[in-house]
Formats: sequence, structure tokens, C-alpha cells
Amino acid sequence: MNITPSPTEKVQVHESAHLHVAGTAVYVDDIAERQGTLHAAFGLSACAHGKILSMDFSNVISAAGVVKVLTAGNIAGENNCGPIIHDDPILADGTVHYFGQPVFIVVAQTHDLARRAAVMARIEYAPLPPTFSTRDAAEKCQFVVPPIHKQRGDAAQAIKSAPRKISGHFEVGGQEQFYLEGQISYAIPVENKGMQVFCSTQHPSEMQHHIAHCLNIPFNQVTVETRRMGGAFGGKESQSAIFACAAAIAANACAAPVKLRPDRDDDMLITGKRHDFNYDFEAGFDATGRLLGVKFSLISRAGYSADLSGPVAARALCHVDNAYYLSAVDVRVMAARTNTQSNTAFRGFGGPQGALAIEYVLDTIAHELGLDALEVRRVNFYDEADKLDKRCTTHYDMTVEDFPLRDMLAKLEASSDYWARRAEISAFNDSHGVLRRGLALTPVKFGISFNVNHYNQAGALVQIYTDGTVLVNHGGTEMGQGLHTKIMQIVAQEFGLTLDAVRITATDTAKVPNTSATAASSGTDLNGKAAQNAAQKIKARLSEFAQVKYGFGDLRFADGYAHIGDNQVSFKYFITAAYQARVQLWSDGFYATPKIHWNRDMISGRPFYYFAYGLAATEVVVDTLTGEYKCLRVDILHDAGTSINPALDIGQIEGGFIQGMGWLTTEELVWNKDGKLMTHAPSTYKIPTVNDCPKDFRVALYDQPNREDTILKSKAVGEPPLLLAFSAFFAIRDAISYGQKNAAPLSAPATPEAVLRAYTAALAQTAQEL
Amino acid sequence: MGKRANKRTPKRRGYATLSTVLLAPIAEPFEITPPTVLPTVAPLSQIHFYLNGKAIQLAQVASTQTVLQYLREDAHLCGTKEGCAEGDCGACTVMIGDVATNQAGTASAINLRTVNACIQFVATLHGKALYTVEALGGAHPAQLAMVDCHGAQCGFCTPGFVMSLCHLYDQNSAPSDAEVRAALTGSLCRCTGYKPIIAAGLNMARYPKVAFNTALTGTLAPAIEHPANTEPAANAFYSPTTLRELHQLKAAHPTATVLAGGTDVGLWVNKQFRQLGHVIYVGNVENFAKITEHLSHFEIGAGASLAATYAALAPHYPQMNQMWERFASPPIRHAGTIGGNIANGSPIGDSMPAFIALGATVRVSSARGSRVLALEDLYRSYQVKNMAPDEVVERIFVPLLTTIAKLAYRFRVYKISKRFDSDISAVCMAIAMSVEQGVIKQVRIGMGGMSGVPQRAPHLEQALLLYAFTGETFENAKAALALDFQPLSDLRATAQYRLQVAQNLLTRFYLECENPQDETSLDVANFQL
Repeated sequence: MNITPSPTEKVQVHESAHLHVAGTAVYVDDIAERQGTLHAAFGLSACAHGKILSMDFSNVISAAGVVKVLTAGNIAGENNCGPIIHDDPILADGTVHYFGQPVFIVVAQTHDLARRAAVMARIEYAPLPPTFSTRDAAEKCQFVVPPIHKQRGDAAQAIKSAPRKISGHFEVGGQEQFYLEGQISYAIPVENKGMQVFCSTQHPSEMQHHIAHCLNIPFNQVTVETRRMGGAFGGKESQSAIFACAAAIAANACAAPVKLRPDRDDDMLITGKRHDFNYDFEAGFDATGRLLGVKFSLISRAGYSADLSGPVAARALCHVDNAYYLSAVDVRVMAARTNTQSNTAFRGFGGPQGALAIEYVLDTIAHELGLDALEVRRVNFYDEADKLDKRCTTHYDMTVEDFPLRDMLAKLEASSDYWARRAEISAFNDSHGVLRRGLALTPVKFGISFNVNHYNQAGALVQIYTDGTVLVNHGGTEMGQGLHTKIMQIVAQEFGLTLDAVRITATDTAKVPNTSATAASSGTDLNGKAAQNAAQKIKARLSEFAQVKYGFGDLRFADGYAHIGDNQVSFKYFITAAYQARVQLWSDGFYATPKIHWNRDMISGRPFYYFAYGLAATEVVVDTLTGEYKCLRVDILHDAGTSINPALDIGQIEGGFIQGMGWLTTEELVWNKDGKLMTHAPSTYKIPTVNDCPKDFRVALYDQPNREDTILKSKAVGEPPLLLAFSAFFAIRDAISYGQKNAAPLSAPATPEAVLRAYTAALAQTAQEL
Repeated sequence: MGKRANKRTPKRRGYATLSTVLLAPIAEPFEITPPTVLPTVAPLSQIHFYLNGKAIQLAQVASTQTVLQYLREDAHLCGTKEGCAEGDCGACTVMIGDVATNQAGTASAINLRTVNACIQFVATLHGKALYTVEALGGAHPAQLAMVDCHGAQCGFCTPGFVMSLCHLYDQNSAPSDAEVRAALTGSLCRCTGYKPIIAAGLNMARYPKVAFNTALTGTLAPAIEHPANTEPAANAFYSPTTLRELHQLKAAHPTATVLAGGTDVGLWVNKQFRQLGHVIYVGNVENFAKITEHLSHFEIGAGASLAATYAALAPHYPQMNQMWERFASPPIRHAGTIGGNIANGSPIGDSMPAFIALGATVRVSSARGSRVLALEDLYRSYQVKNMAPDEVVERIFVPLLTTIAKLAYRFRVYKISKRFDSDISAVCMAIAMSVEQGVIKQVRIGMGGMSGVPQRAPHLEQALLLYAFTGETFENAKAALALDFQPLSDLRATAQYRLQVAQNLLTRFYLECENPQDETSLDVANFQL
């Protein structure tokens, strides 16, 4: 029985759904262990910044089941797992830089014994002064990469001469990825000094490289395999490396298979999160709310090492415009070095933090002018490329060629009944003292492609067996997003087959080499095109074969048949015949994204192949006595181009929205005065639960083909929906700013405490003005 | 300034009178158990239980091995996942049932409930039936609906959700939206945003009806016990079956860890690597979980689960419903006990403020005898209780209101936390008062999250007692809260927020009681468009 609402054949359930529900989908920790498997755990720094004076492992070594203790000195090759800049030691080497940094590896007979032994070391530190505040770091010019700065026009002058101006400050917190399956690697020594590693990672190729470097062996002796991850969200792009490397180092040292699976608390203490950002802004505008000039200064928390903080800063900079034309703009982004976890990729990769800046400014301007924030947003929208006034170029000189947001907004305004609800909410707020309702409608424009050109390539292998079944392998990884399902659909469509004739195997560096991370929403765009390319190469050979064998070259595959001229034979029969005629029934495929170019020094070019768009209208109710709130209704219209699989795309949109809402509301990272992360488990770090999902949650796709030649005219959908959650944050701000002189000084995460604080401050300001 | 409506200041009389006048008195004789020497109870040396319907016998189980470790590492049933090892994510959700044997000798599982395998110890399975996702076979309506509604993305949390949905289906195959949500608050999903999982729960009814197979095959051999006079090895696991045995064991091993639902003790082991020493498991003590409704009060055995306690009290105290819904998750409420919550005495335990406000009393007992004390008097200071090492919390007595008393009675419980579901309170506040002819005649206020122990608010109570029930009285009383509490700042809230919210909750209490018909308009959780 299929009760899926939409009957279209594009709607296919996730290729592993039947395994997920039965508990038979195999994750790394479920792989049957080889004989003699040992288990590793990290010993973590209990000091945020300090020189290691001494390390006494006598208690560790004598603990039950312990086989070995390894430190930086035991690493044969390079002690680094930093993806770009090599400033990220696998094990601390003389100095610790954050509370929770791995200092040593203990290998024991069981997972439990390794964990228990790991806390028994006696390590003495000579403390060095730590830096925890990003403002302090910026003042001391402690940056992990040089700050970046981009100007267009004379923003300072434009603001100065503008009829109205505002300036201010706000913050947005970081966010733990909270993949349900924690980090894990299982390393197995193989013959002739090789190493095979099963790793929960978005980036098997980079894991391969790091493992080879730390073991001091060539790339061709390391294979990394990933069948699926139990969630990743960016957290397993670069930061799976420390676990992959440590497992490989331990396996090499013990000449035995070694599994490393940190406990949730250790995972959260060790790994980086979404960067929190600190913002200063100045803006000049006219009476309609149109921006005349805007200046931003953004400081991100990079943590103790560079990791991906440079590219995150670049993406933040490229998204401070969000959906708006900025005529005169000055934006500076700094990646502050602090003695905390090294922050990393997380769905959106700086884009959400960049776009939030302009949304905050426009929201504040609207309150200042007494206008509806939606009107201020609309008046600042980009125009499409063919408009005469040329309000269609981004501050990094890319032309916005398509801009469907005006059309999408008209549709969502109507379907969400925005204006009638706005009136009703005002009436409610006028007649209620304690509860306040708020509504916000915010847009998303998100650039699709890696900001680094050479990452925008992908490979695939398609193999047809003589029984007519197809096996596909490609460089992308499955983390729940349904990438494999979409690739199966693409290949099945090429051969006119149903999905049950197509199978995808684990991502494996031994099959498709030199892959990019499955990141930047690019998985289907890149790997889908590569798989299609491979299938089409096989089809070209089969056409030649049909010409020779049947005298017809117009070969077409549909419904499980090869249609040759007016004849048709079953796919299996046709394939067997081709095999017997010695036709190569497998092929590689390759894809490199066209059109893109980027001058990193000038911050100029076309870093994105295209933009994905979306809009969300969210209504909340806030208790002004406690700051508690509830999301009442959400309406979303999102642009996924021509959707390859609407069910999967809607899943990404709904999931991205709720995840983004968590970031901006209940998810709060708290460090104590010693720099220890205190919110390191779900008991203390609160991601959304089932009751946070609004009862009225309407999601629709804006079903228009991508103007660019993407795979089946679709658009990437992984990251952009996260930004739709801005509407939840601004709806809360709208509620507590109602009737106040100034917009409430609300920062994110808008925990009940933050909401009550901002509301109380707004009340006080209003009282002062009277 | 609000004026005292009654000039006769009663000193502390107000505290005493609430339980004696408003609440019916509790007559509990001070019992002394004769100090006879009884045979030593032997520890459990073998664990017998049903795994997915088949009898299993385990020897030499470490007293703190978790059910999850057993399933994944020993039984190689890897469908049950570890997401946090602290009972907060639900990826390890399994079902446990009691075993009933009919006259023909056929065994079947009854009272199925979900629990978190990561914080349950294997030894507590003795005599029970355990079910994992592998028992469902892949075509249970919960599983079919999850597939068809796209309820799984990465799939890692999915078996846990499936088990919770299966348990829900077993009780109610056509649940409402609210019932589905209530059943799923213990599971975290980071991918879907929950909408398709809720849809799966709502759509289970559309598949051919399936009855959960509770038949059990094989019989559980009786436990093989050490000879009574043998001194057990270190870290023995005791499972007394009578209160007398429990007392005796606690007297013999005063430093042993008393284990009930394991919802906290499991974390001591998994997260703090604490050595528990001997464990005395109270889950098999006869009548220890019994709940009896008397005319004037509820008598709740310390071993009663949080879920059972909630079910018993809900009809009498609907004002506590929201607190209970937000109090942990179904798997935790199935495992956790009311006695454990109270005996643990955490400053942020949520049952105590409400029970303190209601004037509940608690009986602690040992082989030496038993005594009854007001719940608030159980707590001295942070983690220090008025209990001797050999004593255990045995029963809780929660007064019931008479019809007459109800007319004058106002009672509310407020839980404030960052997240609605399953989050530890920043502040928990329970207010109970009787108002006669517009005057606050009695008042008891229980507070959690404001100091090292759950406690009353004496200055605040004094600031309300015998004043007129007016907004002004409540406004004026707010300042007294700062005399009662100097709360801490921590990861959940700052001191300032705790104090401000507690004060604002007084306003809310007043507004709600003043306009009971308008009550839902003050509650964001129940706000409907």
C-alpha cells in the first residue's frame, strides 16, 4: 500500500527506507567486527590553553584491557588533519589550544574499557592566557586567516548623506551539528602496509589523504569507504579526519583493526560547530526603507585553528546581500582565533550568518519607519537582469540572471493570507496584555557551487551486468539527504528502468578517485551529471551496436525495453546481446560545472553557477511573562527547479527549516569560565523536538526549471531551506517589538531568556521615550 | 500597598494549617520492624529473560552492563542505536514487558512499555520480556507508514521512532495528532523536522491491523543463587523481592547503590564512570510500585513509575498535566520512578515542587523502622538528605482535596525551560492556596531550580498569606522572592532570569485564577490559531 499523497512517479521513497525502519541499514558501528578488533578512545585536554608539562600514563596503561597509549610522538607522518592550512594537530604536540582537544589515544579490548582508561591520565599543564571572546580576539588581531574586505561604491558617504540612518550590534550563536550517529572510524590494516578505513564522512577522498599523510604512505595504499552516515550536516566534512587518522594510527601501531567511536559528550567537546557571529552595522536609507548605503563588520568564531573558517567567511561575505541589491556597501569579515573548538562546516556554511546580517538591518529599518517589514524587503529586492536600472549585480560582481522572488512572493503572500493575518495579529496584540503574536515573511537567495573552483567536479561509474541490472558508484556520500535515490532515478531514467533494477554501492576511494566533499548542496548537481554522463556514454555504444546489429541507430529505452526503430526487446535480452557482441557495458562519467570563475583576491567573479530561492512566512505567539514562545504556522514556497524527487526535496525543506529554527531559538552553546563547553550532550543542548514542529506547516515547491543546464533542470536543495528559519526569529522579534518605540534588541539564539530580556529592554526604552 | 485582610498575624501557623485543615490528615503509625536476623539475600548470578519472544539465559553479567551494550556487542542485534548514552535522544528505544503465565502454562508479555536501552542494566531484565526493532519484521504498520510518509532520512533515529510508534499503535492504532506527538517526545530527529514522522503516526491506521505478537517461547529457568552464607564478589547485583529483604540488604550494605528506573544511575555509569559497588535493584520488590487511592490521599509506592503516578494523579490534579507532559519523555517516564525522583532530591527534579505545594509527605524506612516527614523536610542542602544510610524512600502520600476544599482552592504548576519537551527546568514553580471570601487563607509554594534543593518559599508565602487575593497583593509579594532565593547562573538560565520569571509567574497565577475561563490565552503551549 502506498499512501504517499502525490502520485507522481518522481516521488520515490529513500532507497534505504525499508532498511532504516527495520534496523538493518548498516552504519559503520554495525559492520561485523573483524577478529581481534580493538577499540580506541581519545584522552582530552582539561585546559583551554597551556603547555603540557608532563604526561603520566601509568594509571592508563595498568587499567583493565588497555593495549596501548599513543601520543603525538607516535605519529610516523604528519601530525595534522587541517583541511587547508596545516594547523590542526591530530594529537596535541606540546601545547593545548582548547578544553577537549585530543592529547593521546588509548587502545583497549573494548569500547567501554578504552573510555574508562582515557580519563585516568595525569597531565600537568602550564596555563597560557586563553582567549574566549571573539571581540577580544579581533581587538588583539588574532585571526586564523586574514580578514576579508569588499566595497562597492562609497558606503560611508552614502550613509552620511542618507535621510535616515541606523546603527547597531547583534549576535548569532553557534550550532552543534548533532548528527544522530556520532563520528566513527574503523581502520583495518591490509596487506603490504595498506589501510582500509570505514568512516562516517562526507569526504572520503580527504580522509584518504589525511590518513596517508599521517601514516606516511602514498594515497594508493589507503582506501576509505562510506556506505551511509546517520546525519552529517557539514560536521563530517573536514572533522571526521581526526577520528579517521587516529583509528588508522592506532591500527597501524597495534597491527590490528581499531574502531574509534567517541561518546556523544566527547564528540561535542572535540569537534567544531557552526560559527557564531558578532555583527556591527550602519545603514542609510530613504523613507520607503530602500537602502542607500550599508556597512557591516562581521566577526566569526573560528576557534583554535583555521579548518574551513576562511571559506566560511567568504560565503558569509557573498551572502550579506541575501535577496537585496546593495548599491553602496562595505563589508568586512574576520575569523577570530579563540581557545575553543575549531568551528567548521554546517549546512549553509556561513551563508546563513551572512544573510542574517541584512535581514536584521531591514527588519530594524522597518520598525524605525513604522512600515511592514515585508514592504521594506520588497523595495530592496534585486531586479531581474533585463531591467534598465541594473539593480541586478551583486557586490561581488555577479549578475543575478534569474530572480523569481517577486513572483514567488506574490504567490506566497496570497497563499499565506499574509495581510489579513497581519491585521488580525495587530488586533490581537492590541487586546491582549500577556501573549503577543508576531509574523514575518523572509526570503532566501543562496548561491550554488563551491566557492573554490576546482571542487566543482565529480566522477561516477555505471556498470550494466549481463542480467540487465545496473550498478552505480559515484563520489558523493549519502547522509540521509537522498542523494543515492536521486542518482538511481537519473540512471534508471536513462535506461528506461525502474529503481529496483539499479543499485548503488558504498562510496569508495578505490572506485571513484579524487572526489570532492558532498557539501555545498552540490551532491546531486555534480554526481548526478557525472552518473548521467557515464550512462550516456554506454548508451552511445549501445546505439552503435544497435545500428550494426539491427540496422537502426535510433535506440530508446523505456519501460524496461530497448526500442529499436519500431521493434522492442527486453532490456535484459538487449544487454545480453550487446555483451555477446563484445560491447563495453560499463563506463566512467565526469562532470565539471561550467561558467564559474572567481578571483579570490579581488572577491569578484561568478562563484555560483546559479541561485536557489525560497520564502517563508512564520507566525509565533510569545509569552511576555516568561519569554516562552510557540511556532503556530509556517508557509513555505521554495525553488528546487524542476524537482527530481519532490518528496525528498520537501523533506530537505521541512528538515532545514526546523534545523534553522533550532539554531535561532533553543540551541544554545554555553562555555564555562575555564573554556569548557557545558552543553555537550542532548540533556543540555536542546535541538528541536516533535512539539516544535508547527501544527500548521505548509510547504510547496515553486516548480520552474532551472535556467541553467543542471541535472534534469533541478536546483540544489540541501542548504538553502535552512535560511527560511529567519522568518521564525523575526516573527518572535515582531511579536515582542509590537507597540514598542524601538525594535526589541533580540539576538540569536532567541531562548526564552533572551526573548524576555529583549522584551524587557524594549519596554524600558519605550518608557524612557515617553 | 496591599493590606492584610486579617490583622491577626498567625506567625508560621499558615504552614501547619494547610495540611491539617485544607488537606485531610494522614494517619500513618510509626512502624518498627522487629530486629530479627533474617537469611541473607543472595545476589542474582544469572539473568533469565525473553529476547524478542525467546527465552535467554545469561551468566556472569556485569552489574552495570547496559541493555544497549548487550544488544549491540553480545547479541549482535544492531538495529538499536546509540545516539547519546544518556536517555535523551531515543535512538536506543526498545520495549520491555512483564511476563504473565496463564493456567495452561503459556507465557506472554504484558504491560509493554518503551524504555531507553542505553541506561537500563541487563540485570534488570531478569524475568522480563525485551523487544527490539528486529522483532517487528519490517512490515509493521509503524514501519510501513514511516517508509511511505518519508519519515526516515538518514535512518539512524528511525528504529527508535519505530519502537515508540509501535508501542503507541499497540495502545491506540488510530491516534490523534496530539497523541502521536506525546508518544514521540523522547526521540530526536535531526533530518526531517518531524512532520513526516507525525504523518506516519497518523497514517498507521490505514494499514491492515496487526496485533503485536506477545507469545513467549521457552521458559525462564529459576535464578541460580549463591549459597546464602557466601560473601558475594564485589559489585554484586541484588534484586530483593520484599521490603524486608530490601531493608536488610540496605542495612548490610549501606553504601550500596539503590537502583530503580536507572534514569539517573545509568548516567553515573555511562558518563561519570562511577563505580556503583553493590547494586540493590528495587524493581522486583513486592508492592513497591503499588498506588492506592484512599479517601483523603494517594499512597504511592516509591517504585511506581512516573508514568503510573501521572496516570493516577491526572484526574484529580489536571493542573499538573502540562508539567507531566514536559517532564522527561515517555521512555524515561516508563522507567523512572517517583521514589527515585524524590530520593535523588535534585534541585531541578520536577515532581517535588508540585508535591511540596500540595503538602505531600514521604515515608522513609529501614530495618529499624519507618518515619513520615513532610516532603520539603527530606532535603537539607544540595545532595544532602534527612535520611540515614540504611533508610530508603518507601512511600509518598499525596493529599486529595475534598469537594468543599476544592471550591476555595487554587493550584498551578509551571515549568519553564528552553525547550518545551524533555528539558530540565530553569524554574519550576508550584503554587497552592485557598482563598476564602477574597482572602488568601493558606498558601504553599514549592520551587525548583532556585536553590540547591527543591524547597518552599517562606518569605513569599508570608507576603501572600492573609492578604486579599488581588493583583496588588501579588505585585507587592514579588520582592519577597529575592529573600527566599539567590539562584545560580548556569547553562540553563541566569540568576536574573530565574528570579524575574518566578516573579512573573506570580502574575500569571493571579491572572489565571482571576479569569479561569480565559486561562488558555495565557499559555503559549496550548494556544490555538
